[in-house]
Amino acid sequence: MTLDAYRCENGHVTYPGHTRCPDCGEPQTDTVDLSEETGEVVTWTTSTATPPGVREPNHLAIVEFEVSESHSDGSSDSSAGVDGETVRALGQLTTADGVEIGDEVEPVYVEELREPGAGIREPESQEWDGYRFEPV
Amino acid sequence: MDRVAIIGASMTQFGDRDAWIRELLAEAGDSALRDAGVDGSDLDHLYVSNMASGEFEGQTGVPNALAHDLNAVPAYTARIDQTSSSGGAGIFAAWQSVASGASEMTMLVGGEKMTHRTTGEATDVIASLTHPVEYKHGVTLPSFAGMTARKYLDEYDAPRESLGKVAVKNHKNGLDNPHAQFRKEVDLDTVLDSPIVADPLRLYDFCPITDGSAALVFCPESVAREYTDDYVVVSGVGGATDTHVVHERDDPTTMGGVVESSQIAYEMADRGPEDIDVAELHDMFTILEFLQSEDLGFFEKGEGWKAVEEGVTDRDGDLPINTSGGLKSKGHPLGASGVAQAYELYQQLLGDAGARQVDAEVGLACNVGGFGNCVSTTILEQP
Ligand SMILES: [Zn+2]
Repeated sequence: MTLDAYRCENGHVTYPGHTRCPDCGEPQTDTVDLSEETGEVVTWTTSTATPPGVREPNHLAIVEFEVSESHSDGSSDSSAGVDGETVRALGQLTTADGVEIGDEVEPVYVEELREPGAGIREPESQEWDGYRFEPV
Repeated sequence: MDRVAIIGASMTQFGDRDAWIRELLAEAGDSALRDAGVDGSDLDHLYVSNMASGEFEGQTGVPNALAHDLNAVPAYTARIDQTSSSGGAGIFAAWQSVASGASEMTMLVGGEKMTHRTTGEATDVIASLTHPVEYKHGVTLPSFAGMTARKYLDEYDAPRESLGKVAVKNHKNGLDNPHAQFRKEVDLDTVLDSPIVADPLRLYDFCPITDGSAALVFCPESVAREYTDDYVVVSGVGGATDTHVVHERDDPTTMGGVVESSQIAYEMADRGPEDIDVAELHDMFTILEFLQSEDLGFFEKGEGWKAVEEGVTDRDGDLPINTSGGLKSKGHPLGASGVAQAYELYQQLLGDAGARQVDAEVGLACNVGGFGNCVSTTILEQP
């Protein structure tokens, strides 16, 4: 499994991907797997009022990853990476115990983040597996 | 150029209502027509601001239903959905319809029926606006508020109490609003001791789930004078978006849509933040009042919390914010909220706000959809 961010030819990286790069409008032609990377907590919350099919309480964080050239998906073009480019992802935390802004976390794969079909979203319209963030 | 005037306005009782969406819309629409002295058959355009009548109630096509119920057939109708900012987007649509010359008499009715659903279900209907990579994690709009509040307090060294004071202020204002869902003062300890909903935010940092409707009647200023001397003018209106995926914003404590939409509205009105006498902001969560008051240019970035602490935004302060009680105490029937903000400004500018009255010639309303995903800013003035 991978946690794929998407990169355009000008080196802008987003998670998730978009039809056109939000920074420059070019197509995103490359992916960057974040699943083996360590990220930093930008902010977090524990939600106690959760929708149908969602664990309660639900710990959530926005996590920032640094994307360096060496993580490029097989590309050796030196223009493909912008030095110091970062990308953020939102995800559940495995635990909120002791978590603070700036803490390091790593992605951990989960087959079902919430129960498909319990909420309003059509189960077939999207994926339900993904990564939680585990404090390092 | 003939300016666009508002010659009638209304809002229903907000709260836990027995009425369904069609009845709520008809109630507000009928009242606004009476206030304006306009018959349904005089309407050229009829817009309905509503996010999710299909999802909440299984009733679609509400603008056509409303046109029939208000004797407005064959008026052109459309439903304006921009999630929580549907009301503000409806003002934009109504303004366009008159400013373009396409309509000489337009009514906008905003409404939502929500309370028959459980809190979890209603939260899920709203959260369905999120991207699949957000939705699968069970993120809710209150969760975004919790994450943003934590970041704001950390970044600007703001005390947790300052958020609580927004709730205290807006509940106090709502006490004098006969249409508000909650007409109950709360003290700071009650806010700070209430149950956690999205840490660090607690129950009293959030607006309730609400049924209700509100309406406005628009026409060219030249036509307005045939009906009344008591009207207000839409001097500026702007709309803008920010990223759909919330975590992709460079600064989590800035709402780009508020910045962009207000710049458009200020420019159109030839006004700046210093000209605004009273404002209705989208305090769906207490933290949003800080973000908007900064992104609208009222206060420096990171300083909005001080204005609340110092009483600047109190009803008797230099810049009263949410004299209506805000979404916080008035309630937040999604599609109605932006329309009800303008209703409050209409009353304030005409001197009809009773115990809530402040001294104001220029008012601003900022209506936020999603978590700042879509924003409309409207400036209303005395003629
Ligand atoms: Zn790009």
